[in-house]
Amino acid sequence: MTVDFLAAKLNLEPVCCPNPQKEVTGAYIGDLLSWVMGRAKAGDAWLTIMSNINIVAVAALADTALIILTEGVTVDEKTAETALSKGVNIFTSQEPAYETAVKISQLL
Amino acid sequence: MGEPLVFTYNVDGGDFTSAGQASVMVKKNLSQIGFSPEVIRRVSIAMYEGEINMVIHADGGVATVQVNDDCIEIILADKGPGIADVEKAMQEGFSTAPDEVRGLGFGAGMGLPNMKRYTDEMSIDSTVGVGTTITMKVNF
Repeated sequence: MTVDFLAAKLNLEPVCCPNPQKEVTGAYIGDLLSWVMGRAKAGDAWLTIMSNINIVAVAALADTALIILTEGVTVDEKTAETALSKGVNIFTSQEPAYETAVKISQLL
Repeated sequence: MGEPLVFTYNVDGGDFTSAGQASVMVKKNLSQIGFSPEVIRRVSIAMYEGEINMVIHADGGVATVQVNDDCIEIILADKGPGIADVEKAMQEGFSTAPDEVRGLGFGAGMGLPNMKRYTDEMSIDSTVGVGTTITMKVNF
């Protein structure tokens, strides 16, 4: 499924979405950046509460489909701008990571 | 085959907001050359981990990426404090990163293990008080 399809189904709020057609093939939950780099797979939706600018580089390099900031976490303007310029999709979910991941699992 | 293609980047020390720029640039360059996404992913993740280590521990350094006939070689050289116990540093979860760095989501003790995980060859040449040079190869 595509990022924009997932976002619509889960009522995710867009922070920036330069790559709406990117394919989502799985999900990964984690806040420790190196852990995510080592374990997340390309095409995963990455669910996290970590919101500093470094998440953009991690998502770009690990090739995740999108970042979902859970529990209503938001990012600052600079992070949003950087994500946009690096082609990284970021959305916010009001729900916790577990509930969000369960819904993604049902859609995959 | 002529001279190998070489990219060199200066990594700024202590600047977490721009950390990763060299790796993102490498990713872009390698995809323009036409490498497979998996090779690019492995090279850029290994390099990003090294870049972050240089920012945290060594006040920056120099990253060189060389495209050889059968592999991509990444050389990360710094003049930081050096690694006292390389074997210990290679263990997952072992970290000497300061607390403020952990607050950003780094310092989980996964950097060096990830670099090994994502590359086919990795060697660490480190002298305490002099610096560290890490050489990694990703075959293609």
